[in-house]
Amino acid sequence: MKKTLFLRGTCGLATLLLAVTFAVADWPQFRGPGGSGVSGATGLPVTWSKTENVRWKAALPGRGLSCPVIVGGRVYLTANSGSEQQRLHVLCFDEKTGKKLWERQAWATGNTGCHPKTCMAAPTPVTDGERVYALFATADLFCYDRDGNLQWYRSLVGDYPKLSNQVGMAASPVLYKDLLLVPMDNVGASFFAGIDRRTGQNRWKADRPRDINWTTPLVYTNRGRPEVLFQSGQGLYAYDPETGKKRWEFKPPAGSSSIPSPVAGDGTILAPGGGDFLVLRPPEEGGKPEVVWKSNKLRSGYASALYHQGKVYALTGANVLVCVDHASGKELWRERVTGPFAASPVLADGKVYAVSEGGKTSVVDVTGEPKVLAVNEIGETILATPAVSGGAIFLRSDQHLWCFGKK
Amino acid sequence: MRRQRWQLAALALLAVGGLPAAGAEPAELLARIKAVGREGKGNVEAGKAWRELVRGGPGVLLPTLAALDDASPTAANWLHSAVDAVAERALAEGKPLPGAKLEAFVKEAKHNGRARRLAYEWLTKVDPTAPDRLLPGMLHDPTSAELRRDAVARVLKDAEQLLQKGDKKAATAAYQKAFAAACDKDQVDQAARQLRELGVEADLAAHYGYVRRWMLVAPFDNTKESGYDRANPPEKGVDLSASYAGKNNVKASWTAHATTDPYGVVDLNKALGKQKGATAYAYAVVESPAERPVEVRAGCINAVKVFLNGKLVLGQEEYHHGMRHDQYVGRGVLKKGRNEILVKVCQNEQTEVWAQDWKFQVRLCDGVGAAVPFTVVAPKAGDVKEGK
Repeated sequence: MKKTLFLRGTCGLATLLLAVTFAVADWPQFRGPGGSGVSGATGLPVTWSKTENVRWKAALPGRGLSCPVIVGGRVYLTANSGSEQQRLHVLCFDEKTGKKLWERQAWATGNTGCHPKTCMAAPTPVTDGERVYALFATADLFCYDRDGNLQWYRSLVGDYPKLSNQVGMAASPVLYKDLLLVPMDNVGASFFAGIDRRTGQNRWKADRPRDINWTTPLVYTNRGRPEVLFQSGQGLYAYDPETGKKRWEFKPPAGSSSIPSPVAGDGTILAPGGGDFLVLRPPEEGGKPEVVWKSNKLRSGYASALYHQGKVYALTGANVLVCVDHASGKELWRERVTGPFAASPVLADGKVYAVSEGGKTSVVDVTGEPKVLAVNEIGETILATPAVSGGAIFLRSDQHLWCFGKK
Repeated sequence: MRRQRWQLAALALLAVGGLPAAGAEPAELLARIKAVGREGKGNVEAGKAWRELVRGGPGVLLPTLAALDDASPTAANWLHSAVDAVAERALAEGKPLPGAKLEAFVKEAKHNGRARRLAYEWLTKVDPTAPDRLLPGMLHDPTSAELRRDAVARVLKDAEQLLQKGDKKAATAAYQKAFAAACDKDQVDQAARQLRELGVEADLAAHYGYVRRWMLVAPFDNTKESGYDRANPPEKGVDLSASYAGKNNVKASWTAHATTDPYGVVDLNKALGKQKGATAYAYAVVESPAERPVEVRAGCINAVKVFLNGKLVLGQEEYHHGMRHDQYVGRGVLKKGRNEILVKVCQNEQTEVWAQDWKFQVRLCDGVGAAVPFTVVAPKAGDVKEGK
């Protein structure tokens, strides 16, 4: 069974139909289909450990905050190694067995300086099933086909030498039709680019505020027109994904978040703010978004929020999972979970999976009153958001890629 | 009709060079890959050449590795992935890699250091005994920082074992051997720390090649970060006897300064007094015994430019995002004899507690990070008290 990339009812804005379709189990980009963090997969495990419900685990050559992406039975992942994080790895595993199918390495061409919490393999790759596009915090961008044949490569620092980030970049690229949308906010040559997926050449390139920013762009439709939102600490900026022309911008008085990414839901944009969490109705070109409601109870440190079937779920910096009615903003419940969190939560099969930095995953039943079903520990540091596919959940630690599922 | 359309399409592809020449030689394919330019120029042709090259199997490994010698950083990554694909597929298909040729390539220091390292890594996959054979001779490898690092790691391990056995004399000698060869900060620091515990002082700043004596002048205006691209008088030629009308008409004159920091850090707040929205310059003249390529490596928590003999070798307009050893790398040439180094350090006006530092460090080394020989001749040692 095939479904479109965006799950109906998950991305409430008019569903954007992309040319490529994916199986319901696929997880093609950061936070899965449409960047929603929501999967239609069922039959996921509730409990696991280092020995329980392990379908497979694969050793990794280095650290990474990037998440696995999964399409067509293949799991793609990035990592970095070397004393100065100068070695970049793109890996491909068989989804069923965990066998490494191929690995390609490269030398970083950009600066490898960053905050010690992050690393060069922080942006999550994206795949259309035919090819995988892997961006690193060094601004090295690779396109491989599913068999590991290099299609094209860009050293964006080589292209734009003033590009600079000493804290570490983590924003992930996303796909729109035949374009790869590449976020490259930094304090030097800051830009957002639409790159031809076939040639790796710029179709458009838009100047961006010179500032560090870790949010991933969100593709959605606004009044029947495709739009891409790229949030930063300075505000929200919406672009025509075909041309890069800015359609509207909004600068909340308290700023907006530069870490958690926005998500779409039921005709609105859920935007983590510098102060309040904002639910916005996007405007017509040149207009200002309508603030539907705002809340200071949904603020998180790193984790992006979820929208699913009329509810908003957010992991706060105080390690509390909060559920809010999307229409009214009314808080429905809150449940303490095991943190702290660098990874964003995912929702599948009626459960929220929240993975702590210490490698403990709280599995919370959210079909009614919240109930923590399990806290599963594997004893490894995890900063990457999980992926969900084929009745399994994939966790990426500093050492391993784990696939947990019922056998 | 349908056949005609295919023929037309094929002709059109040929007309734009869309089809690879049948049976192209590796050299031709490598040239097409190395022709990639900025912003994806040449990507399509390089992609076709890459696939044809990789189909050549293990026989193309050595030419591809050798092609790294003069490849641009962008082309180098195309070639790296080709080597990976060829070697990985050969091993999966049970085909041998040319071990002897790979080893010979690793030993030839004339080749690009990263290419040699890449050859070494595939060699060790098929011959696990290679490290024991090769690494002892790579302690002072001139082109591969990673091979050198592995060689140093073995000596450090030996030293640790000697220390555990209680043989302090032999352990000291081994740590001194490691210290002399090490370029990576973690290894240098480890060896120095152990030597210190064994009663032997190691001069870190000298080992790294940090410039420790400078002439300083400030303040020039950097209000609203406006000064980075403004060429103040020192950028037009240094006259150490001159005074300038600095920011807010404050008189700015050159003053000698020496740092005793083991990593050559010059704290401008201490040396010149705390200032915000201001630019400082640091100037030194070094003598080199010979003309040679040099890497100018800097760390700076502020916006920085470094000029070598009047030529900009590195620049970074970034404020308060951390500072580290070898944060930025510029490349140039040291002339035999006198060479001028000018450092521009711009402080902004951020008010946060963590945004008050105004400091930099600069060292001179070769491509693997080993200090190159030089002597600071201005300011002279007698011009300033050490530890000021």
